[in-house]
Amino acid sequence: MSNTTPETWLILGATSSMARALARKLADRGATVLVAGRDMADLEATAADCRFRGAPVSESLRFDAREPETFQPILDRMAECEGTLNAAVFVGSMPPQDEIDADPAMIDGVVTDSFTGPARLLHALAPMLEARGSGTIVGVGSVAGDRGRVGNYVYGAAKAGFATYISGLRNRLTRSGCHAVTVKPGFVDTAMTWGLDGMFLVAPPEAVADSILKAVRKKQNVIYTPFFWRYIMMIIRAVPEPIFKKMSI
Amino acid sequence: MSWKHADYTGWGRYYRATGELARPERASALDRIALEGPCPAIGQRRSYADGCLNSGGRAIDTARLDRFLAFDEDTGVLTVESGCRLGDIVTHFGPRGWLPTVLPGTGFATVGGAIAMDVHGKNHHHVGSFGQHVIAMTLHHPDGPVRITRNDPLFAATIGGMGQTGPIGAVEIQMTRIRGDVMMVTERRVPDLDSFLGLLDTSEATYTVGWIDATATGDHLGRGIFEEGETGPGLVPPAKRGKRVPMDAPNFALSGPIVRNFNAMYYRRIPERGRTLVKPLEDFFFPLDKIHDWNRLYGKRGFHQFQCVVPLSEREVLRDMLTRVGASGLASPLAVLKRMGPGRAGMMSFPTEGYTLAIDFPARDKAPEMIRRLIAMTDEAGGRVYLAKDAFAASEQMDRMYPERAAWADFVNGLDPEHAYATDLMRRLSLRTLP
Repeated sequence: MSNTTPETWLILGATSSMARALARKLADRGATVLVAGRDMADLEATAADCRFRGAPVSESLRFDAREPETFQPILDRMAECEGTLNAAVFVGSMPPQDEIDADPAMIDGVVTDSFTGPARLLHALAPMLEARGSGTIVGVGSVAGDRGRVGNYVYGAAKAGFATYISGLRNRLTRSGCHAVTVKPGFVDTAMTWGLDGMFLVAPPEAVADSILKAVRKKQNVIYTPFFWRYIMMIIRAVPEPIFKKMSI
Repeated sequence: MSWKHADYTGWGRYYRATGELARPERASALDRIALEGPCPAIGQRRSYADGCLNSGGRAIDTARLDRFLAFDEDTGVLTVESGCRLGDIVTHFGPRGWLPTVLPGTGFATVGGAIAMDVHGKNHHHVGSFGQHVIAMTLHHPDGPVRITRNDPLFAATIGGMGQTGPIGAVEIQMTRIRGDVMMVTERRVPDLDSFLGLLDTSEATYTVGWIDATATGDHLGRGIFEEGETGPGLVPPAKRGKRVPMDAPNFALSGPIVRNFNAMYYRRIPERGRTLVKPLEDFFFPLDKIHDWNRLYGKRGFHQFQCVVPLSEREVLRDMLTRVGASGLASPLAVLKRMGPGRAGMMSFPTEGYTLAIDFPARDKAPEMIRRLIAMTDEAGGRVYLAKDAFAASEQMDRMYPERAAWADFVNGLDPEHAYATDLMRRLSLRTLP
């Protein structure tokens, strides 16, 4: 990895293990890392960790998708950084579907956390990338966004919206030499999947981070990680709706 | 906190446990678990037998609490989360001129585990045990986290305390400045036990360790390779990591004749006049880490490691031990001989001045009998066995080997009267039972 121009990465939702793995790998190659999220004590630990792994600058910033006033300080900090600006978005919330069924007002929160909150920040960030003519935005979606299922369709719908947003952003950014990558992880070995039944071929977060970095390097557009999830989802999307609606997967 | 129902084993894959594991990713989760219901913490499960098992109960897997938190370039004090692997520290701090003062034989061991077993390294005769370089640590108790330093009575109960004083969070360790981030390693053939002990007694190198051919008999008894290491400046390609053993090896892979031949070849690999090599730090400190999951080479049945330390005056017992092992044809290629200094930091610490001998045995039917015999010989010689390795000691041997055991048990039981932190090792050897 050449390091002639300095690179800065903003990582939203940096308390997740996938985000942490990516932050470490970026720090290893000497990138400036800004980790953002809500649990400041935990973010400070990750920021310190990245500092000792090789990040010249590594800081924790507060980001709450539901508090837009947290966005401007992040944008200001990004504007101060030199070189290529990049962002990776790992935020999202997935409350159990039955809790949402009992309290439909929760839908607003899920959509804000997983879609509109980060989209609003990215929308303000995009012109900075365009002005510098470089940089990549990584939007982490979910295979749950590929088709609505009874178990988590509110979360899935929010992620589908986010994926469509990233797709449009890619279309826009490519005109100025920038790029956006859509990442759809399958089962990853995170706190969210720990101890869940029915998990198979669970990928370590480090493998997801590697495939994200590869996608950024090769300017891939939409990646599934691990790769075979592309084929699993191809099959799931191909099931005709009259049959799919009766299935519970 | 979510809990995962899991089957897990120690490094020797002989003792097994079934229970629930949590794997917190944030330090705050340790406090939440302590409130919900305390249980022991385990690291990378590099203890060979049952020190890292809690059958039928719960345990905290610290794998994801592995971050560097602070480092002071002036004093060399490093603060890390307890799940941080020692090899990770070497890789990131070696190039800046710092190493943990004590490093055990595997870089996969965590800082928390190194404290719990008060591990020793190839420089024990100079700098003592791992716990002697711990400055402070935080224990996560049900009534909140407590930071303890050397003066606290909890400190000596925690170092070498096998996790019985509660889960460890952040740890501050004293690092050592090194002259450069490569190792100059001098290897020489040693023809027999007397020469071996002579070299161990007189070497002035910073790091020393001996590989011993535990299958050798007669005139060759106790032959091996003596290694001396110093850090220094230089250029070597970075250590290659990551070959993985893909499956359990068949049982015949480590049968007597194969091991005997392998060892003979391994011995002759070193030129007769010896040699000096330059190696990456990791290759010297953690020679076996290059092969991930090397414990699978022992096949499905697993293996045991016997490790004892006997007083300097009892060197002849080593000859008796090696004679028995050599005649039995039970040993594996892995056997290590080292001289230890007196340094230790906890009431239950293993290190004490003397010679330490470690031998791996595939878990064949005759191995337990052999190992029990070696343990008895250790006991008679006034030595002790290492509880990070032990699989077959008897509880009545413990008070002789660990004179402070009863005082330690009394202290720990006062802290944890329900035995919430107890592991299979505690129960097997009645380590927390009062007389």
